Amino acid sequence: MCGIAGLIHRGKSSNVGAEMTSMLMALKHRGPDSTGYALYGEPQDGDYVMRLKVAEAEDMDRGRGIHKVIADRIELVEGILRDHGAKVKSKQNATEYALRYVLTHDGDTADLAKHIEETDGVEILSLGNGLELIKDLGDASDVSSAYNLTSFEGTHGIGHTRMATESDVDIRSAHPYWAFPYNDVSVVHNGQITNYWIMRREMERKGHRFMSNCDSELLAVYTAHNLANGVSLEESLRRSISEIDGVFTYLVATKDQLGMAKDTMAAKPLVLYESDDLIAMASEEVAIRAILPQEIDTYDPYDEEVRVWQA
Amino acid sequence: MASVSDAELKKMSQDERVKALGMTTEQLTGKSLYIEFDPGAEERFIYPWAPVVDFNKRVELDTDKLTTREVNKKIRELMSEGYGTIVLQNPRGKHSLGVGILSKLNLIVEGSLGYFGVGLIDGPNVRINGRVGWSCGENMMAGTVVVEKNAGSTFGAAIRGGDLVCKGSVGSRTGIDMKGGTIIVGGDTGALSGFMMQRGRMVVCGNAGKNLGDSMYDGTIYVGGDIKSLGVDAVEKPLTDLDKAWLTRKLKQYELLPSKGVDHFKKIVAGKQLWNYDNLEPTEKKLIL
Repeated sequence: MCGIAGLIHRGKSSNVGAEMTSMLMALKHRGPDSTGYALYGEPQDGDYVMRLKVAEAEDMDRGRGIHKVIADRIELVEGILRDHGAKVKSKQNATEYALRYVLTHDGDTADLAKHIEETDGVEILSLGNGLELIKDLGDASDVSSAYNLTSFEGTHGIGHTRMATESDVDIRSAHPYWAFPYNDVSVVHNGQITNYWIMRREMERKGHRFMSNCDSELLAVYTAHNLANGVSLEESLRRSISEIDGVFTYLVATKDQLGMAKDTMAAKPLVLYESDDLIAMASEEVAIRAILPQEIDTYDPYDEEVRVWQA
Repeated sequence: MASVSDAELKKMSQDERVKALGMTTEQLTGKSLYIEFDPGAEERFIYPWAPVVDFNKRVELDTDKLTTREVNKKIRELMSEGYGTIVLQNPRGKHSLGVGILSKLNLIVEGSLGYFGVGLIDGPNVRINGRVGWSCGENMMAGTVVVEKNAGSTFGAAIRGGDLVCKGSVGSRTGIDMKGGTIIVGGDTGALSGFMMQRGRMVVCGNAGKNLGDSMYDGTIYVGGDIKSLGVDAVEKPLTDLDKAWLTRKLKQYELLPSKGVDHFKKIVAGKQLWNYDNLEPTEKKLIL
């Protein structure tokens, strides 16, 4: 089933970490397996934030040897950063396997990202000036407290509560997906993509990498491919409705935009609230009410509807 | 089936009551669905175990801190205490509120409901001063539901009777599989509205999305605005004087009558090229009709 949520404040920052946590907790019944956030803070001047994982949560039960493996992987990642001339300004560990780096880097971040992911067991969750992508097993409350998200200030964000239907319960298959290696782009999705393998092979032939067997990752790769080729976010969303088969509603966030697309059957839910300074959307109205308890007007977008909002 | 009085039914156990009403608890397969009709049997408009309520006895219930289950249980308790007008405050999009109310009641919702609001009802008059999520009024059998704002998809799915009204716009698949009753939409409706409709009437004052009335067996859809496309086997027929009179009366009743009247409405019915009710067995026909 899965639950998706998004919110964007126009022209100001807010406590999007706490707001998204409230929304995702209200959607917990739609997906208890894992929870993910893509939050957009104030863009760093010339600095990049990189979130990565160096092991799966389930690996931590495999005995003491995993600590050595993790330490070795971190050493390799930091070696690659040095090789590319990236300077680490700060480093934080929310969990032993999930790290957050703030970097200064003048070179090509796509090259850096590709090189880091050559390290076995390492996956970059996000890289960008504003994006911070956090996902782990458990509900929003668990993930929010483990990663200290309640104080996160930013302009917009998207989130996901996952009910695993077509791939495993692990972080690799959790949403949101970063549109690797395209900075600051993330995707959450509710639905099933029926031409996944055809589209995946097409994207792989074009040189894109897939880290999981989750159909939602295709949307991130597809969006990254379009954006890298100069297609606007709105046009990419519009094209996806005819090029991707299945039933889906998905949200895409960039450094300063938030977009949504709904399939031709409108088979997956989304409720929208729009005001002059805030746009909020979720699979169920109860999530919007979690941050806007007063009486508000909301509506369901129709089939093939595409919308993009500016922060 | 012999006629049984309400007083006698009230004294019976659930099993005895089921048998006395001509229902059966055995596994229903094939032709065992057949029920004998007794033309002399008394018609029943209310359930014998329905609480006696007084519409002038009013109570407000703050649902903010209650779960769906607690709210629905409390509604039943209040009805058994004779409250005939219940106002739900602060529903905040909760799912499945007010479901399964099988007797007369004035239910007023001050706010918005989530999914499956007031589904499976048989008799109450409901006013929702907000919006509703997916599947509002699903399977309702009698009564009226009036939603003041917008509604989500599958509004009135499989409705069998009563009036279900949304003064705003609704999502997709409105009245999917409807088997009776009336659905009225003040604004627009989405794709596949009236899909596999079997009986009843649907009125859309605004525009309708693609595939309107797809695979409908029977029933009538009236649309005041544009239709993006008709579904398979849905055809347009001329609006008769009887249609106009009915539309005028119904829309006036819910203050949705357009200032220019109803002459511009289009009437959509089944072409009956795909399905035919007359293929049913006589015993099955008896049950449906």
